[in-house]
Amino acid sequence: MTDILDGFTAAFYLLIGLDSDLIEISLRSLHVSLTALLFACAIAFPLGTYLAVQRFRHRRTVISVLNALMGLPPVVVGLIVYVFLSRSGPLGVLGLLFTPTAMIIAQVIIITPLIASITHQAMRDLWADYHDLLISLNATKRQRIATLIIDGRRNLLTAALAGFGRAIGEVGAIMIVGGNIDHATRVLTTAIALETGKGDFALALGLGFVLIALALLVNLSIHWLSRTESDGLW
Amino acid sequence: MLPLRVTGAMVRRRGKTLLGPIDLELAGTGLTVVIGPNGSGKTTLLRVMHGIERLTAGQIAWAVPMAEARQRQAYVFQQPTMLRRSVADNLAFPLRLSGQPQAQARETAAEWACRIGLGDALDRPALRLSGGERQKLALARALIRSPKVLFLDEPCANLDGRATRDIEALLVEVRDTGTRIVLATHDMGQARRLATEGVFLRSGQVWESGTTLLTAPQTPELAAFLKGDIVL
Ligand SMILES: Nc1ncnc2c1ncn2[C@@H]1O[C@H](COP(=O)(O)OP(=O)(O)O)[C@@H](O)[C@H]1O
Ligand SMILES: [Mg+2]
Repeated sequence: MTDILDGFTAAFYLLIGLDSDLIEISLRSLHVSLTALLFACAIAFPLGTYLAVQRFRHRRTVISVLNALMGLPPVVVGLIVYVFLSRSGPLGVLGLLFTPTAMIIAQVIIITPLIASITHQAMRDLWADYHDLLISLNATKRQRIATLIIDGRRNLLTAALAGFGRAIGEVGAIMIVGGNIDHATRVLTTAIALETGKGDFALALGLGFVLIALALLVNLSIHWLSRTESDGLW
Repeated sequence: MLPLRVTGAMVRRRGKTLLGPIDLELAGTGLTVVIGPNGSGKTTLLRVMHGIERLTAGQIAWAVPMAEARQRQAYVFQQPTMLRRSVADNLAFPLRLSGQPQAQARETAAEWACRIGLGDALDRPALRLSGGERQKLALARALIRSPKVLFLDEPCANLDGRATRDIEALLVEVRDTGTRIVLATHDMGQARRLATEGVFLRSGQVWESGTTLLTAPQTPELAAFLKGDIVL
């Protein structure tokens, strides 16, 4: 029990003392997950919107695949990315294994289906609502998509936040492809796993607090966004 | 761009004929009411004329190329779509689509908002408006590009007398300044107040049409319908 109390106290001092390890790890976590989020959104927003607006032959199949990909276990994604990036793998020459770039790639693969799926659902509802008006006003295809993205921006933000929440708390994949190397690929989740294993509760808890704070922030934002949505604002 | 010629237009969905075959011509000036029992095809006919309903057979032709005709007509849906934007941005939306600069579009939007009594609601979310205010907003949004032809699908269903009177006043004004109007309605009082001619639909067919439709019905079905009897 005292161990834990000591841990809390030490974690508190690490936090208010702006411990350099803690800051470095937190910043790297943010860097990796935000970069992954940026790429994932760049793929998922247009993809999800396109799937909502455009009818084509295998649309239903693509949507099913997307929903199935959402359930991919991160560890398996990590394993596959590892195989591709390992020295003997097809992308081995790039030398990306055990770098933040490898972690970003893994996270992009994990969160893109999630963001695309939420985007698709929201855009499908909005399109059903706007369809007749946009057709009647003779809007071009580009104008239709632009209108949906502008008016659905809150839904897109919600999708992005959900993706970020998943990325920042993810440990399985980035542990495998990043290797949890000190001062190179160590991030919040992998460091917590390591420090807990070593019995250094102070740093683990300090990192844990940062992670919880980030997760809370994300979830509160999503809650707030979806509440203003149902309020009949936009 | 008038006349509009509808020839042999037919709409079938899942093996059922919803409309047609229909032949009619829309020309001159004035306001045509489309009347008929529920499910007789009023909405479908309006959508066909507006060019947003896929035809199974037949065609529609304006006196100008289709692309130009599409730009110069507007449609007010029975349940008007409110964009998740402010009243001002809803009004300005069609102008923005046609490439007008923001400032100019907003100015025109503000003028229209005043005309429909929403002058002090410019920044309110359109989704917060009442049913009557929504219909007026939808009407103003349809008129803001000064269309040559305007279609309205039961614009006053579920509205109180005051909102109905405001909308009818605006329609009369627009009609008398040369906009060709086609109005579907089940309110015979409204039809009498506004119409210069009419079309009576029954099971997807034009049963009777003309300028004396409401005053001198030629068929027993229309006479019964105008009397308020149940006609299927
Ligand atoms: N997309 C559709 N698929 C199948 N039936 C439809 C569709 N749209 C309308 N209908 C049917 O077509 C008929 C005519 O509808 P509508 O034009 O809305 O009539 P009205 O506006 O006069 O009430 C109705 O029987 C309606 O149920
Ligand atoms: Mg109808």
